[in-house]
Amino acid sequence: MIIPMSDLFSQYKVDNFFDEMFAAPDVARPHYSRLLATFKEMGSADFERKRDLAAASFLSQGVTFTVYNDDQGTERIFPFDLIPRIIPASEWDLVERGLTQRITALNLFLHDIYHAQSILRDGVIPKEIVWEAVHFRPEFMNFDVPRNIYIHICGTDLIRDRSGNYLVLEDNARCPSGVSYVLENRQTMKRIFPTLFSEYRVRPVEDYSQNLLNALRYIAPTGAEEPTVVLLTPGIYNSAYYEHSFLARSMGIEIVEGRDLIVQGGCVHMRTTKGLKRVDVIYRRINDDFLDPRVFRKDSELGVPGLVEAYRCGCVSLANSIGTGVADDKVIYHFVPKMIRYYLDQDPILENVPTYLPSQPNDLKHILEHLPELVVKSANESGGYGMLIGSQSSAAEREEFAGKIRQDPRNYIAQPIVALSRSPSFCEESMQGRHVDLRPYILYGEKVTIIPGGLTRVALRAGSLVVNSSQGGGSKDTWVVDDEEIEEALESFLQSQSQSQSQSTT
Amino acid sequence: MLSRVADSLYWMSRYIERAENDARILDVNLQLLLDLGGEADAMQHWAPVIATLEETDLFDSLYGAADEHSVTDFLTLQKKNPNSILSCLTLARENARTTREQISSEMWEQINRLYLFLESEEAKQLLNSSPHEFFMRVIFGSHLFQGVTDATMTHGEGWDFIRIGRLLERADSTSRILDVKYHILLPSGENVGGNVDTIQWMAVLKSVSALEAYCKLYVGQVAPWKVAEFLITHREFPRSIRYCVDSLDGALHRISGIDESRYGNEAERLSGRLRSDVDFVTIGEIFEFGLHEYLTEIQERLVEVSNAMYATYCASLSAA
Repeated sequence: MIIPMSDLFSQYKVDNFFDEMFAAPDVARPHYSRLLATFKEMGSADFERKRDLAAASFLSQGVTFTVYNDDQGTERIFPFDLIPRIIPASEWDLVERGLTQRITALNLFLHDIYHAQSILRDGVIPKEIVWEAVHFRPEFMNFDVPRNIYIHICGTDLIRDRSGNYLVLEDNARCPSGVSYVLENRQTMKRIFPTLFSEYRVRPVEDYSQNLLNALRYIAPTGAEEPTVVLLTPGIYNSAYYEHSFLARSMGIEIVEGRDLIVQGGCVHMRTTKGLKRVDVIYRRINDDFLDPRVFRKDSELGVPGLVEAYRCGCVSLANSIGTGVADDKVIYHFVPKMIRYYLDQDPILENVPTYLPSQPNDLKHILEHLPELVVKSANESGGYGMLIGSQSSAAEREEFAGKIRQDPRNYIAQPIVALSRSPSFCEESMQGRHVDLRPYILYGEKVTIIPGGLTRVALRAGSLVVNSSQGGGSKDTWVVDDEEIEEALESFLQSQSQSQSQSTT
Repeated sequence: MLSRVADSLYWMSRYIERAENDARILDVNLQLLLDLGGEADAMQHWAPVIATLEETDLFDSLYGAADEHSVTDFLTLQKKNPNSILSCLTLARENARTTREQISSEMWEQINRLYLFLESEEAKQLLNSSPHEFFMRVIFGSHLFQGVTDATMTHGEGWDFIRIGRLLERADSTSRILDVKYHILLPSGENVGGNVDTIQWMAVLKSVSALEAYCKLYVGQVAPWKVAEFLITHREFPRSIRYCVDSLDGALHRISGIDESRYGNEAERLSGRLRSDVDFVTIGEIFEFGLHEYLTEIQERLVEVSNAMYATYCASLSAA
């Protein structure tokens, strides 16, 4: 018997969250109505077939990441959910302006703290917070990076609160990963839902690789007319290796490992079958610590001896620049809205999640008294590690974190638990609301370009707020749609909503 | 092209060819057992197969006696054998993964599909229920990979490194398959003869897909020295040693751009000399020298070409 999809959606619960698709049970938001209609017409067998098709396509292309839980890494597909997330153009425009403003301020901040440090002298950010940041690189004080750009590629994580406001959760300003999933997800969706896709005017994401290459070529040392750009990877065993190879392939550049490069005569070269070839720009997917065993970690076998010296002399450019990690320190994050006001004299378009700093005595008191309602994060961990979600923790775990915070207040932050928005996802044989975030990728070259949409990550475990792939997360295709009909419907929809709200309050 | 990439393409290709040759050898020998029926002594039949592949020690450490089941397991899905079909495909795929920006997506997908099949439960079942079909999957998987390579990859430097890997491995494999039966060709060979031998020599030809081509040339007369002559000196049969060595020399020269009548590096000097030796040798001379000795020398000289090629194109890698 074929169960029509409408049954799967009819059980759907919105609960007390902001739902991306449904404004209320059975009331789809205007930009989702065509999607809902399509899924209602689809039989469950058809839906199942499409799911299999998607999984097979990811597996055969080797779109996998590696999980290390024993000696042998196992390859897994990043779970893909077939219900796309849709963002109307008007909503996206705001996000885009907010992100552009933010990356501009972050780059000004990095330039400032590696030069005059006026933001510290003016007391906007306490001096010690920068100087004590794990990823601050005082070795690069007064060093001029090519074109004054520090962060060329940034992945900024956004979430939506219970009212649907977009908030910034964190900035990934070192080596953000995941963009290959955006491109692969899109390709898969186009293959699997050609008709649905053509009913929406979805902004293309396929030019990301070209934009990335342009941003990389833009920082080439002067004199390099046809600059040679390479992607430096830690190698095949890195969990993001697939992405490295994907990006190199789609840009048509070489993917190199540290052992492929050698510094000679002050310049970086790669070893080819025809001898050494000069390299001008390195898109490095290796963290600062491993770049050059002569300067940073001595035991690094992934890096290239002498690379940093060549970089200092301007013989080779790096993206991202060395020392950007200070900008994605979660304590520094707290100050980004202040940076925006300080450098740009503007109000932040996208707000931060309210953040408490244990290094401030008042905040510390508040944090320790309210641990069950807070999320505590270590300032420099990522991937969902090193954090405590108060509401889901035991008293012992809270005690442990309280100890850690007291011992090292500089390296923790606390935030109220945000009820992340949810999006319908196919779990346990039916449609269920699952929490999502959004990571747009921002390129800073001659101009700022942002991939329309980005990576929507979804926490597939019921109730979970952690979307990381290492913790049971999956992803969805993200559509930014240009459609006047939708925009008009959306406008009247929002009006009617606010009217009904004001009526219900009177 | 990056030296490391050239090296990986070469090994990717060698491992796929090796997996294919494993499948051929096993398939033919399993069928041969059926032909020989009760006359066959399993140990006598299988021990030389393992010896040909120079894996006797490893085999003995993993299994008791060499028989149909142990040898099949050893050469197909045994992960501890670095030259089993599964290990070869695993390594080929690892090499393909590090060179994905050089090979076409179709090539990657073909290797990956074959690898995923070998890792699957389906592969185990097929090997148990219908080994011939299993081997055909592997052999055709390899053929498909070669076809996809020729049809979708630019015929440039990388493609030539892939060909070199395949040709070196194939020449080596043909020489080993021939070598395993050399004892039948001892001076008293005239007396050995008999029905069993003919069937065995037909099996040798089958294992390199050469029976049909051979029969056309020699009109069906399966004689040991003719089989050896065909597999060593035939100019156009794609699995003969001469064909492989000629093409190998050609591919090396395509990479350097140097005329085939001259040499520009040590790899070309060695391959050119090997080529002219194999081009001009007669089967009479080979038997005079000793077939086993001759084949051993060929194998050694192939290793020398491989080493010289590494030194020429990839050594800057290890010099660091």
